[in-house]
Parts: sequence; C-alpha cells; structure tokens
Amino acid sequence: MEGVSVRKRNAEQTAGVTFDLAKQKVRELNQFLHHDLQLSGAKQVEVNNPNGTHSIAVGVDAPVDIQVRGHAGYYCAGMNKLANVTVHGNVGWGVAENMMSGIVRVKGFASESAGATGHGGTLIIEGDASLRCGISLKGLDIVVGGSVGNFSAFMAQAGTMVVCGDAGHALGDSLYEAIIYVRGEVKSLGADAHEEPMQEADHRKVKALLDLAGFAHDPKDFRRIASMRSLYHWNADANQEY
Amino acid sequence: MCGIVGLLVKKPALREQLGELMMPMLLGMTERGPDSAGLAVYTKPVGKNELKFSLYAPSMDYDWGALEPKLKKELAAKCKLAIKGNHAVLTTALAESELRAWLKAHFPQLQVLATGRSMDIYKDVGAPAEVAARYDFKKLKGTHLVGHTRMATESAVTPDRAHPFTAGKDFCLVHNGSLSNPYQIRRKLEPLGIHFDTDNDTEAACRYLEWRMREGDDLAAALKKGFEELDGFFTFLMGTEDELALVRDPFACKPAIVAETDEYVAISSEFRSLAALPGIKNAKLFEPMPEELYIWKV
Repeated sequence: MEGVSVRKRNAEQTAGVTFDLAKQKVRELNQFLHHDLQLSGAKQVEVNNPNGTHSIAVGVDAPVDIQVRGHAGYYCAGMNKLANVTVHGNVGWGVAENMMSGIVRVKGFASESAGATGHGGTLIIEGDASLRCGISLKGLDIVVGGSVGNFSAFMAQAGTMVVCGDAGHALGDSLYEAIIYVRGEVKSLGADAHEEPMQEADHRKVKALLDLAGFAHDPKDFRRIASMRSLYHWNADANQEY
Repeated sequence: MCGIVGLLVKKPALREQLGELMMPMLLGMTERGPDSAGLAVYTKPVGKNELKFSLYAPSMDYDWGALEPKLKKELAAKCKLAIKGNHAVLTTALAESELRAWLKAHFPQLQVLATGRSMDIYKDVGAPAEVAARYDFKKLKGTHLVGHTRMATESAVTPDRAHPFTAGKDFCLVHNGSLSNPYQIRRKLEPLGIHFDTDNDTEAACRYLEWRMREGDDLAAALKKGFEELDGFFTFLMGTEDELALVRDPFACKPAIVAETDEYVAISSEFRSLAALPGIKNAKLFEPMPEELYIWKV
C-alpha cells in the first residue's frame, strides 16, 4: 500500500507501509515518518526506487524499521533517533550524520563524511567508507566492514570506530576521546593520534560491535588508536609543529 | 556547487544514442547547477586537412546568412556551416590562425568556443533542461561527451563562462569546485602568449593543462604538475578526441561517482543522475580516489 493513503487505514492494516520514490516525493515519505507514523501504527516502512534521492528518512524519532531498497543519496537517516534503517545499496555523503540512537546499516559503500558528528547509536557500513568517515564523532559507534578514506575520525570527541579493513591518511587527526580500532593497515596517523596497547576491555568492546554488525573477525587482530592528548593544552614552544 | 557528467559508449551501435542516454544524467544534475549548462560531444572526425570551429553568436535569432558566402568569396575556402540557434559549427580546411583573424576582422561579434577535428561545444545560460532543448542535446551522436551544470561562484553567469572550457584542439574540461589561485596561473601563462577569454577560474586550469600538453607532457604528467600548481577544490572531467579523464583534488572536496558496464562508462557528481541509465543495477559503481587519474579510452 502507498504511504499517501495511510492515514485512513487502521493500525492492524498498516503494519507495513511502502513508498515508491519513483512515484512519490521524498517529502511525502519524511512527512509520514515525522507526523503520521504513530497514528498509522506501522512498524515497518519500505522505500523502493530510492535512485540516489537525498535526505531519505532524515530526522526519524520513532522505533520503526526502515528498509531502503537501492542506492540512497546524501544525508540518508541523518539525525536518526530510535529507528533501525537498512540501506540495501550504497549511500551518498553524510549518511547518518548527527544520529542520536538506533541502528543504521549500509549494505554497500558509503560516500564521504559517514556518521559525521554522530552522538549515539550504531552505524554499520558493510562496504568501504570514503573520506572523513566519523568526522567530529560525538558518541556514535561506527563499524566499517571495509576500509575508510583519508581524514577519518578527524577531531572525533567520543564514541568508537571499528575499521575491519585499512585506513587512509591522517587517521584520527586532532583526536579527542573517541577510540579507533583498525584491523588492516593505516596509511598514516593524524596529529596527536597514536597506537596504544589493546586491553581486555578493548577486546570486549570490539567483539560486541563486531557481533552487532555480524562481522566474523578476531578482536585480537585489531589495534587501538587513541589521542596522545598533547593538543589539549596550547604549547607555545611547539612552533605550530605537531 | 556544480554538476559534472561524462559518458563514453563502448559499443559502436550506442553512438547513435549518446545524447539520449546522457539526457537524464544532465537533467539529474539540475539542482547542483541551475544557472547554465553545456557539453562537448566528440563525433566522427572531419577530414585530415579540415578543422571544426564551434562558434557562438550574441543572440538566438542571429543571421548566419552572410558568413558562409563571404568566407567562400574572400578566402576561396570550402566550408560547411551547421547552425543551431546562436551556435554554429564551421568546418573548413583553412588554417586556424587565418580563420580566427578573418572572423575577428569581419564578424567580431562571433566567439570561437572551440577548435578541433571531432569536438563540438554547446553552452549557454539557463536551466539544464532549457539549454538541452535549445540545442537538441538528445539527438547528439558520438563516441563520448563531457557535460556540466553550473551554479556560478567564481565569475558571472554568462554563456562564455559556462562550461566546458576548451584550449588547443579537441581538449575540454569541466569543473566542480573553485580554484584559489587562478590569477597566479594566469600571470604565469599570459607572458607565454596564452590568451584568456574570460576571468573564470576553470579557464585557468584548462589553459594550464593544455599548455603543459603542448609542451610535451601527456595528460598524466600535466595533471601531476597541476597538483603542484593549481590550488583549490576540484573534480575535473576532461575530454580529448579519444578519451575521458577524471581527477579529484587531494582532499576530495567535490564528489564524483563512476558506473561502468560492458556498454558504457558514465561519470557524474552524484548517483541520482546515473539512476536512469540502462543496466545501472548491474553496473560496477565506484568513487574515484583523491589525486588519482582515471582515464577511459574510446
């Protein structure tokens, strides 16, 4: 059934609602998710033919399951709260940007700035993530099945990033208290990021996130990257060299 | 913001449909570039001793009638003129310098947008759909094309500042981004006798790369030097008579995505403009890496 007619249906009939973005505007989908979802009683929303449309399922604030069947454009599931969003395809820039809670899963690859400024919940990217993944992270956990591009976790403040593949240049540049775990090679670490020994708590944390993501790696294969905290205080003698 | 699109067809039969396949790609980039649009299409090359000149007139109802007879009479030159509103493609065996000087003297209002043996250029202000309809983009045929939708940031909205930019023969470039040192490039090139048509930043990049290639660099070597000298944000898509080339700045500040099948290579700023291509569901999709040169041959 199409989302436009959902107000007229009762809760039992609308356990699942389907939107076809080849025929409906993304605004219809988002207005339904923001205003009509609760009344409809829908627990599942299917989004067909996303065709790279921007802003699919942004700002959702409800425990609903959203399945996006194809490639999404920019900002998909941005600001997500409580919802579980699965994209059966790739996503454009800024997937799950500033998400608060819930789970966002991308079956394909994610373009730049995935999970930017995310506060909470879990973002799972089964393929690669491009540059600036987890930039300014604020508490979100990100698990990437593939590799991440340059400048990932730049200025990341809180949260965790688990990278099952490799990392690009300047990983964790100007890192605060977020922790990065990398299984593969790191092209270079950013200013103030360094490797620290893995403790038992790190293994537990990585295992929990890998289990949640469904990735079968050994937590012992991961290395811990954290902040040296030397940028926390201004050093006049550093001569701008870090 | 701007949108870039590129399409290269691998199967000769698809050359007939090049424009038709490209149309949804260009229209899909309308939001990224609503103020102007343009494209360069590479067609079957003209005869060995001939050259094509893409000309631009100041108005859609420009009277082209005088040009061809006068050219034939005064320069005793064989020539052919294909007119599309304010654009026309002139094919002739005259030397480039001779024709340019003659045009400047007798038809100073006409601008030469491009020169080459296989490249035609159409560009103008207006929404991409309007520009595409104006020049019947959907009927274009050829091996490959480079298109652009513009949201101007670095210079005024005029037809000559729309993309693609060209320099030399059969070389064109479209740009998403902004350069921060176009005037530095210009100050370097102008003393070498290189003339600029506009104050646009993209033109500086285009003329810089063409200059390097004239000096003997191949495109890869020219771009390597370009990384040292061109400062700013860019995704550049370039066309030559037999290839498409794509490169992104070291910070990959501007987007690009590539879709490849057995039938075509399609490049765009965003996936949404590729979504209507046939066979896109099974295409190999990837994001080009920063500072890497991607070249596809016809």
